[in-house]
Amino acid sequence: MSKLKVAVFKFSSCDGCQLQFLNLEEELIHLIDLIDFALFYEARTYVEPGPYDLSFVEGSISTPHEVELIKKVRDESKVIVTVGACATSGGIQALRNWANVKEFQNYVYPRPEWIEVLKNAEPPSKYVNVDYEVRGCPASKEQLLSFILQFMRGKIPILPISPLCIECKLSGNLCVLVVNGTPCLGPVTMAGCGALCPSYGRGCYGCYGPSVDSRTLVLNRRFKEMELKPKEIQLLFKQFAGWSRKFREVIEEYE
Amino acid sequence: MRSMSRAIKVDYLSRVEGEGNLYVEIENNQISKVELGIFEAPRFFEAFLRGRKYVEVPDITARICGICPVAYIMSSSRAIEKILGIEVDECTDILRRIIYLGEWIESHLLHVLMLHAPDFLGHESIIGIAKENPDIVKKGLKLKSWGNSVMKVIGGRSVHPISCRVGGFYRIIRKEELETLIKHSDVMGRYAEDLLKWVLTLKIPELKRDVEYVSLKGVNEYPILRGRVVSNRGLDIAEDVFEEYVETEQVRYSTSLRYRIRGRSYYVVGPLARYNNNYHLLRPEVREVIESYGYGPQLSNSFQSIIARAAETYHAVLEIKELIKKYSEPAKPYEEGGVMEGVGSAITEAPRGILYHRYELDGKGYVINSNIIPPTSQNLASIERDIIAFNDELVKMDLSDLQRLAEHVVRNYDPCISCATHFIKVINIKINT
Repeated sequence: MSKLKVAVFKFSSCDGCQLQFLNLEEELIHLIDLIDFALFYEARTYVEPGPYDLSFVEGSISTPHEVELIKKVRDESKVIVTVGACATSGGIQALRNWANVKEFQNYVYPRPEWIEVLKNAEPPSKYVNVDYEVRGCPASKEQLLSFILQFMRGKIPILPISPLCIECKLSGNLCVLVVNGTPCLGPVTMAGCGALCPSYGRGCYGCYGPSVDSRTLVLNRRFKEMELKPKEIQLLFKQFAGWSRKFREVIEEYE
Repeated sequence: MRSMSRAIKVDYLSRVEGEGNLYVEIENNQISKVELGIFEAPRFFEAFLRGRKYVEVPDITARICGICPVAYIMSSSRAIEKILGIEVDECTDILRRIIYLGEWIESHLLHVLMLHAPDFLGHESIIGIAKENPDIVKKGLKLKSWGNSVMKVIGGRSVHPISCRVGGFYRIIRKEELETLIKHSDVMGRYAEDLLKWVLTLKIPELKRDVEYVSLKGVNEYPILRGRVVSNRGLDIAEDVFEEYVETEQVRYSTSLRYRIRGRSYYVVGPLARYNNNYHLLRPEVREVIESYGYGPQLSNSFQSIIARAAETYHAVLEIKELIKKYSEPAKPYEEGGVMEGVGSAITEAPRGILYHRYELDGKGYVINSNIIPPTSQNLASIERDIIAFNDELVKMDLSDLQRLAEHVVRNYDPCISCATHFIKVINIKINT
């Protein structure tokens, strides 16, 4: 069997998701016996030209150049997997989608006219077809490894679909929302991190984005009953996966 | 007739974090232009931080960099704590130091072993080293993994940890949780010593250049969370006035801003600067190894930064072990402080050098203004100057060697372009003879 030809591409992002491949450490050494990282700029100089069997894409699309590039990636890839909050929902930089990007340029740069960006930071799925999504800010390295191993064996990779609450219950945590009255996005957020934030005594901040069939408007109602201020509710949803459709429904109620 | 112009174009700088390009032009046996361009897309953190609640800032700024999120968490937390009048207790300080040192180990190992060492040994990636010297790769990866475990135990996860907050931690970190790390610390100490020894045997190129090294100055311990900002040219200032001493520049070919000392020139931050300004504070075990290989308190060029990283790694392992023993659980996980308007700034030592944050909050605790100066932005101009300093060697080289050496110089600085552009991958070398 010939080795799976894998590529890792980066767009607007922090590098944290592709770092998760390198964080596999000892597993990585075994993994490279099974697959070929044919393009992975952060890890190696050698580049094998496409087409690629499996392309992992980190980051959101936020410049005209990136729009061209993602289309090229689509052409060269049999399967595209977007990885992390930036690539699945636009990420934290998508906060500018509610603002005036020109004003942002003026605020950050002495010479804003030299900076070329799109008005919005969007997930790659806005521009090309995407085959799978691995969520999280960052994506979990265990999920990435499991994805590759399932995919290599010809399986349709199984990814989480349930809300974080399921994992939280399995971890044996007391509910921070019910018991402490801490605002928590767990009921509407995709599982996958192992309910980390509630395990450390804080509410989930939704970095895995909405779960399948996420009832964000219901949670919004609950937050209102708890007498949270509109601004607080909005900021809670308006974070790393704020630009996802389900979270936006709540955010835009308060815009 | 000999060709009048030669050109190399490599589209992506590899083994760096982020996307950038390098353009080198040679005319009449003289490097006439070096441009380290950053084309990483701007993400405008300072702009969208406005209107966010102070308590969210560490989690948000962590997303500037997946390789050094703890650095962003610590600089922002400390800056905001100054506004709120919070002084964290010793237990919290110890925990912060441990998780930060864990990040140094994780980040340094990534660079030393995976990104930088291949340059010294003529490989294109760690895979070549793994075939040649599986033992050092195995030890190095175990160390990296341990660094990540340190971060995970305290932070919940190593990339974008979730337990840290303004004033301390979201919950009390138990002594027995930390003690799970002690079990392997002796072995890790030996691995780190072996790694340092291995690095000290690498053939390191000569390069002479007069450089201003800027770092924090430790008092009783190697600097990481705080300290005065010092240099080998007499800079000695408090973190609060840092912005008054640096000038910001923007160049057309880069989406990252760059910095110079006002009235002087460009400077270098990072492990080399920390090492040179604080050598006496490295653990004696570390200094002993360094000196037994003929190196001393001053490293003289950017290629030797790999020594500084390996030395800091060994130091970090030893210090973590000691800090865990010293740690006692605090009475409460974090200090609340009083929300009030004001301005606060702080500098901590990210793996790649000093990381400056300044915030202005309104009376309700929302951000009005901010400024973030990451280490890589401060180093960009110096990387170009290092390449120019190689003029005599570079102009004699054939194109592939020239390119390899120029890329090696870039990687000496472990540039984190995601950081620099929180707002590189093309090498483009053009030679006109």
